Amino acid sequence: MPRVAGQADVQQADNTSSSGAEPSPSPVRTYLLNCGSSSLADRAFSALMLVCALSIFAIVLLILVELISGSKLTIQKFGMSFFFGSAWDPVNGNFGALPFIYGTVVSSILALIIAVPLAVGVAIFLTEMCPDWLRGFLAFFTELLAAIPSVVYGLWAIFVLIPLLRQYLNPFLIKTLGWSGIFAGPNYGIGMMAAGVILSIMILPIISSLTREVMSAVPHAQREAVLALGATRWEMIRMGVLRNARIGIVGAIILGLGRALGETMAVTMVIGNRPEIARSLLAPGYSMASVIANEFSEASDELYLSALIEIGLALFIVTIIVNALARVLVWAVTRGAPVRGT
Amino acid sequence: MASTTAMPPPLRARASNRFLRVVVNHLATAAAIGSTILVMAPLIAIFAYLLFKGASSLNFAFFTQVPKPVGELGGGMANSILGSGILLAIASLMGVPIGIAGGIYIAEFGRNKRLANMIRFTADVLNGVPSIVMGIAIYTLIVVPQKHFSAFAGGVALGIMMIPTITRTTEEMLLMVPLNVREAALGLGVPNWRSVLSITLRTASPGVITGCMLAFARVAGETAPLLFTALGNQFWSTNVNQPIAALPLQIFVYALSPYDDWHRLAWAGALVLIVLIVVSVALVRYVAGRGVLKGAS
Repeated sequence: MPRVAGQADVQQADNTSSSGAEPSPSPVRTYLLNCGSSSLADRAFSALMLVCALSIFAIVLLILVELISGSKLTIQKFGMSFFFGSAWDPVNGNFGALPFIYGTVVSSILALIIAVPLAVGVAIFLTEMCPDWLRGFLAFFTELLAAIPSVVYGLWAIFVLIPLLRQYLNPFLIKTLGWSGIFAGPNYGIGMMAAGVILSIMILPIISSLTREVMSAVPHAQREAVLALGATRWEMIRMGVLRNARIGIVGAIILGLGRALGETMAVTMVIGNRPEIARSLLAPGYSMASVIANEFSEASDELYLSALIEIGLALFIVTIIVNALARVLVWAVTRGAPVRGT
Repeated sequence: MASTTAMPPPLRARASNRFLRVVVNHLATAAAIGSTILVMAPLIAIFAYLLFKGASSLNFAFFTQVPKPVGELGGGMANSILGSGILLAIASLMGVPIGIAGGIYIAEFGRNKRLANMIRFTADVLNGVPSIVMGIAIYTLIVVPQKHFSAFAGGVALGIMMIPTITRTTEEMLLMVPLNVREAALGLGVPNWRSVLSITLRTASPGVITGCMLAFARVAGETAPLLFTALGNQFWSTNVNQPIAALPLQIFVYALSPYDDWHRLAWAGALVLIVLIVVSVALVRYVAGRGVLKGAS
């Protein structure tokens, strides 16, 4: 009996040292860590590291506390009706956030409608069809797209995208779908539609790179099994890959939604900044993040400031929930997948 | 065709079905390729336009002069470049050590602990929090008690945004260092803290540095958290307690202005910003592509 146990120990020690990221340290190591003169210094060091790691919790708490205490005035005065009122009248001290919530939600959904099919298409192309020499190049390009600052997207949108929309897309939409009322009214160029399009360009890389990650976590045996049954490539992708990865893809989409909800600068530059709820998507609107960006530094009285901070608080809570949900879904799929160097 | 007609009906049905399936397969392939092209088009358009507009408006004055008052042509963004540098220095001084230390905790001391998993999760979630919310929090935390906007507040806002990114990449890089390297150090009698700092962290340092660069590049283009912390400034200022100019802020202001000359400067600023970011992203990819750790599995 003892001999067998000893063998097991050796085997375990062998395992830990040979396979890189093996989680449980060997008994030898645990012993070495807990003895000797350095154990005090080690404890102090690990405590210091712990404090730094805990700072991440502290940041979240700090933001929450600051935002709640900053928006005390409007929370007390308006309560929940703050989120259902559509009046935005700083002069008379009457605030309702509905137009901003509407603008944020509609522009984000519009962005998802445009971006999701394209992003999934790109991910399918990159994981399943693309020749190797092109893959690295395209992946680099999409990464680059994710690294461009928001303000540069906004700049490009003002001078390139909006003239294009005003000249080509919007007249076409008004002519063909104008009867529905969704694409009607004066064609300014700026407005909800422009915000949706620029947001879709901005969230595309995130959705597509995460979808790619999730899809490559699907084991090759799945693909080979479906192919062996005589499936075409598309059937293999649909049955073998997409079906297995769907939870993670939903996670990627939700993560993109989180990005779109909080996007500030580019939206501020193109959405038109008018606090009203219009039926037409071509009409100017306003979003939660952009009202903060535009009016925060000129908010003169405390109630006004408090209203803006409360919008920020709502944005914070919503994005925390959305991101947490997305992470859980993505982890559910990629957990256990081998680390891949791209 | 002859063989098809000779088949019994069920097989024939499957054969024509097969034709449909092949067509669907080709359509799906075309759709995937088409969407890739459609996605690449705006990127190429953005880059081409940026290079074209930026390069044609970039000149020596851009790097040496401060903005001119309305109505006067010329001027540059020298103060914004300097301001961005100062802001990023403050942010890095704050974000890099805390971020790396957090990563060390998760990878070295917190393995398989619930707390470490929670920290990792929170870092990921914090990464997705809109930057403007950070701006508000720092405004109420620093600007309101101080009663004035300052470069310090802007730097802190950016630094806080760097922490989660750096923590996560540091952790990932440290996990790639094999355990036997650590055990070898411990076996030689090196104290654990020393082994972490000068063996593990050092082995993983190329990866950790690239992670920091990535966070740096991301934060360099942030505008929203600076709007009501650093505020922006039309003049030379190096005082950390005063409002300071920043490149993204200046681009934002100039892009929304009605003057052609300011638009020109905005494009030039965007080009400088993009070049900075593209270079660091390319560097990251280059280092990561060569294998972060030579010889490590």
